[in-house]
Amino acid sequence: MSSKSLPGSLSAPSVDTPTAQRGSSSRLSIPATVRTDDTRRWRRLVHGLLPFVLPVLLIAVWQLLSTTGWLASQILPSPAQVLEAFFRLLGTGELISNIAISAQRALSGFAIGGGLGFILGAINGISRLSEKISDSSIQMIRNIPHLALIPLVIVWFGIGEEAKLFLVALGVFFPMYLNTFHGIRSVDPGLIEMGRVYGLSRIALYVHVILPGALPSILVGIRYALGIMWLTLIVAETVAADSGIGYMAMNAREFMQMDVIVLSIVLYALLGKLSDSIAKLLEKRWLRWNPSLSRK
Amino acid sequence: MAVTEQKPFLQIQGVQKQFGTRVILEHIDVEVQRGEFVAIVGRSGCGKSTLLRMIAGLEQPSGGQIELAQRSADPVATTSSATLRQYTRKRSKLARQPQTARPNTRFLFQEARLLPWKTVLDNVRLGIPDKSREHAGEALRLVGLADREKEWPAILSGGQRQRVALARALASHPDLLLLDEPLGALDALTRIEMQKLIERLWIEQGLTVVLVTHDVSEAVALADRVLLIEEGHVALDLRITLDRPRERDSGFAHFENVILHRLLQYSES
Repeated sequence: MSSKSLPGSLSAPSVDTPTAQRGSSSRLSIPATVRTDDTRRWRRLVHGLLPFVLPVLLIAVWQLLSTTGWLASQILPSPAQVLEAFFRLLGTGELISNIAISAQRALSGFAIGGGLGFILGAINGISRLSEKISDSSIQMIRNIPHLALIPLVIVWFGIGEEAKLFLVALGVFFPMYLNTFHGIRSVDPGLIEMGRVYGLSRIALYVHVILPGALPSILVGIRYALGIMWLTLIVAETVAADSGIGYMAMNAREFMQMDVIVLSIVLYALLGKLSDSIAKLLEKRWLRWNPSLSRK
Repeated sequence: MAVTEQKPFLQIQGVQKQFGTRVILEHIDVEVQRGEFVAIVGRSGCGKSTLLRMIAGLEQPSGGQIELAQRSADPVATTSSATLRQYTRKRSKLARQPQTARPNTRFLFQEARLLPWKTVLDNVRLGIPDKSREHAGEALRLVGLADREKEWPAILSGGQRQRVALARALASHPDLLLLDEPLGALDALTRIEMQKLIERLWIEQGLTVVLVTHDVSEAVALADRVLLIEEGHVALDLRITLDRPRERDSGFAHFENVILHRLLQYSES
């Protein structure tokens, strides 16, 4: 059920990296008879730490290269310098206000675009008539890279908030629409028939059968849309903005503040990871019933 | 168990069904009395499932009519005012939506068709108009799964899932229970257990049951009457006069033979 997703959307949630690592490491294991509780606990600890090994190693090497002078700070500042910039900007309040404005843009754009995509996907999933009317137009617009609209958007909205909201909403709309539509269409018709036999009203059928059945696919859409949300915002803020993380980075470039530029990039990475983790948490909570997910 | 009344509980008159130009059922006349257990057997593709789906209101007959007695003097069902209200509400919906179920009729499919995202208890509650937890728990007790209330359907065995589906069907105290080969996918042992369970619940709950099956011995084990459908007609209407609980003795074998013989006779000619 969870592996159903359209081409172009994220693959099933079960193929993310930690699981893949877990799968491969269990194969080169000790024979089952020798495995004690201790080794099992140790293995769990190792598996918990595995995702952090690579990032920590990278940062250590980076720091080493910087301190030994292999890496000039004009090219790439050291992690320590970036951390310093972090605390400096935190102190002035600049950092918090920029993160806040970026997060606000991202979330409101996501709410508008994702909400519209969900509603339209849900309507078209149910009604063949509505699908006939709107689907082919949506597919056409979907194939325009939404970032190509930036010049047009600047002419329309200038560099105000509307421009960013519009772009984020547009980018987020399509993955939500597609996955909701697909999710609803792939609900087991046997369950819908059962709902009818048991006298469920149209609304009850929707609430108890169709939406929960489409939820795995909708959640994949949310994860994918979150990725697009940050990507769009980064580009929009870099091209045209007077506040936000992207603006902070572009402004720092004017003054060659390399540490602030790198800090902005790291912030984007962390925010992206954070939203993905939240989506995964939702998946775990809402799809508890799914045996292929609950085993994790 | 068969109670003779003036008006039959379920009356199928001259029912005909065709898909496109292909005629599945030519002319079916059947009367079922309240409380009767009727089994419908036949070769695959003979239209026995289609007939059941038409009784359920899932499909419309191309000709003829199917009449179901009203709930009126029903000593079994606990007709609270809430269920009555629900009943009339559903009736009015029925007029607008011919595809929706008939009131007081429950259908058990070959697969359990439980909602995987609802717990066992919530799946059973789906079958009750007022969604009462107590009634759902009671129904689960009837099928012997009271201790599995909070589990997800995914971890149950096939037989347990079908028992939950049975609880869901019985939870609203239906008058008529329609079974569409519900035991077809189960292993032999679970199957016999389920047959005993269905027989017991039929007696306890005073249900009228129509069972579609391809298994002749299952039909003989459970039914008051066995109908054999062939070439779109009822080819045999046999009353099984064995005592209950039924042993698989010579009498049992006799009825089995009569039906099997009739089935094979047709395939040879």
